Amino acid sequence: MSDITKQSLTELVENIKNKKLSSTDVTKAFIDRSEKSEELNAYITNDFTSALDKAKKFDQKPNLNLKLPGIPMAVKDLFCTKDIKTTAGSKILNNFVPTYESTVTENIWNEGAILLGKLNCDEFAMGSSNETSFFGNVQSPIDKNLVPGGSSGGSASAVAGQLTPVTIGTDTGGSIRQPASFTGIVGLKPTYGSCSRYGIVAFASSLDQAGPMAQNVKDCALLHEVISSYDSKDSTSIDFKRNHYSKELTNNIKGKKIGIPKEYRVDGMPKEIEDLWQKGIQYVKDCGAETIDISLPNTSYALPTYYIVAPAEASSNLARYDGVKYGFRAKGENLIDMYEKTRSEGFGAEVQRRIMIGTYVLSSGYYDAYYLKAQKVRKLIKNDFDEAYKKVDAILTPSTPSSAFKIGEKTNDPVSMYLNDIFTVPVNLAGLPGISIPAGHDSKGYPLGLQIIGKAFDEQNILNIAYAMEEKINFKNKITDWWIK
Amino acid sequence: MSIDLKTIKHISKLARISVDEQRAEKLAGDLNSIFEFIEKLNELKTDNVEPLTSIAETTLKLRSDEVKSKNIREQIIKNSPQDNEDYFVVPKVIE
Repeated sequence: MSDITKQSLTELVENIKNKKLSSTDVTKAFIDRSEKSEELNAYITNDFTSALDKAKKFDQKPNLNLKLPGIPMAVKDLFCTKDIKTTAGSKILNNFVPTYESTVTENIWNEGAILLGKLNCDEFAMGSSNETSFFGNVQSPIDKNLVPGGSSGGSASAVAGQLTPVTIGTDTGGSIRQPASFTGIVGLKPTYGSCSRYGIVAFASSLDQAGPMAQNVKDCALLHEVISSYDSKDSTSIDFKRNHYSKELTNNIKGKKIGIPKEYRVDGMPKEIEDLWQKGIQYVKDCGAETIDISLPNTSYALPTYYIVAPAEASSNLARYDGVKYGFRAKGENLIDMYEKTRSEGFGAEVQRRIMIGTYVLSSGYYDAYYLKAQKVRKLIKNDFDEAYKKVDAILTPSTPSSAFKIGEKTNDPVSMYLNDIFTVPVNLAGLPGISIPAGHDSKGYPLGLQIIGKAFDEQNILNIAYAMEEKINFKNKITDWWIK
Repeated sequence: MSIDLKTIKHISKLARISVDEQRAEKLAGDLNSIFEFIEKLNELKTDNVEPLTSIAETTLKLRSDEVKSKNIREQIIKNSPQDNEDYFVVPKVIE
């Protein structure tokens, strides 16, 4: 029974289809482990009782043609789930119960999966360590008092800690790939427009994308195939032919051209990261691919651009939280006073900081100097990638400039926290797909990830490269179950 | 450039977030260090660059104007912090 949670999604699906395991067996196993794992604080809300009911119901009349037959799954608490509290990690949505389901989660349930619960995340997905959540920080299964990364920190912790076979996160500037890298798992940020944003609590609408997080590349491909769909309810959803990503997965990447961008060799980057990158370059060569040195000259401008564009969009998106129609409301002497107190008491410090930045850069007299400037630089960053993709099929970089850090280490210095996303942010600005795969450990035994960036809509290609590299790397995550008594 | 307390007060008014003196000082410090980092963009000449306004290069699709969610008023109202069953209730605005 205890071995069930160690199985990959692909194995679980296989075992349920062959009737070696029932959905009830699998669901019970993940619930048991989740209940023993409270110290990780990965869940905000659990739905264990009805998950078990659904599993039993599934077993009575199993539909084994589905892609996720009776598979239990917890999801990031940024996805609206009908009749189940959805908080976005914020006090302001502490009592919000959506009347509708996000398209991405609906796709998952339509393929037979069962909701286990809602996973912790940074408040409104704003953070890189899961320390901004109103519901407290998340512990990493890698080590006590280590951050799991963010903002999909609960998701990363739950997959690495085997509380859920796979999960979905969202990625606005690195929120899937950075926590995946910190916890030794695989995380894919799809092309902008690949997964519907309908029903996802909005942070920065031109950057937000949902994506899969899993123990291995094949599981990631399978879940991506389920969640990616054209959706008329999201006006930026793109109608393109989607692959059967898991079926078409191949480790044959012979002749692929992989770009190595020199600008990602940043000042002060630990030697361990440089060494990992070099190893990665050797791995893709061993797989028969060719590496080519490329230049993405505007890379160093990506993070400052992001810290204008994302807060600007956030300040507009979060204007809806006014204490009137849903969520938390503070008492006020009049309407304006009520708004101001609700937002002051309902939002945490990081969210307020970003709303303030966004409001400032959009305010009269500053719009051209900041917001318009950032949109122009964003264009230059996208042009860099367009130029590079004339020569290469994909790009290989480290996922993060360091391994995971301790809880509390960076909370007092917002800029040093933001620097975590230096390698992931350009990908969001250009709307491209990127995948982080675990590729080694640092001297402390903490996982390190490599990122493969693809052309728009070329998820299959980066999944294939990741699949081929995974085989060569043969990464083993060191999970000691330190939190289980 | 430096963001002073007066500016913080002005932005907090625009953002409808009440900020006390202590918070305002902390925010001024944070915002100044963030903007110092953002100023790096001024190194770039962008006079002839078209701003990127949308990453998805598609035109908006048309759809027929149909009601899809019916009779969900009760569910919607249920999420409200204060209501009188039919309406959202807010502090009095008209004397």
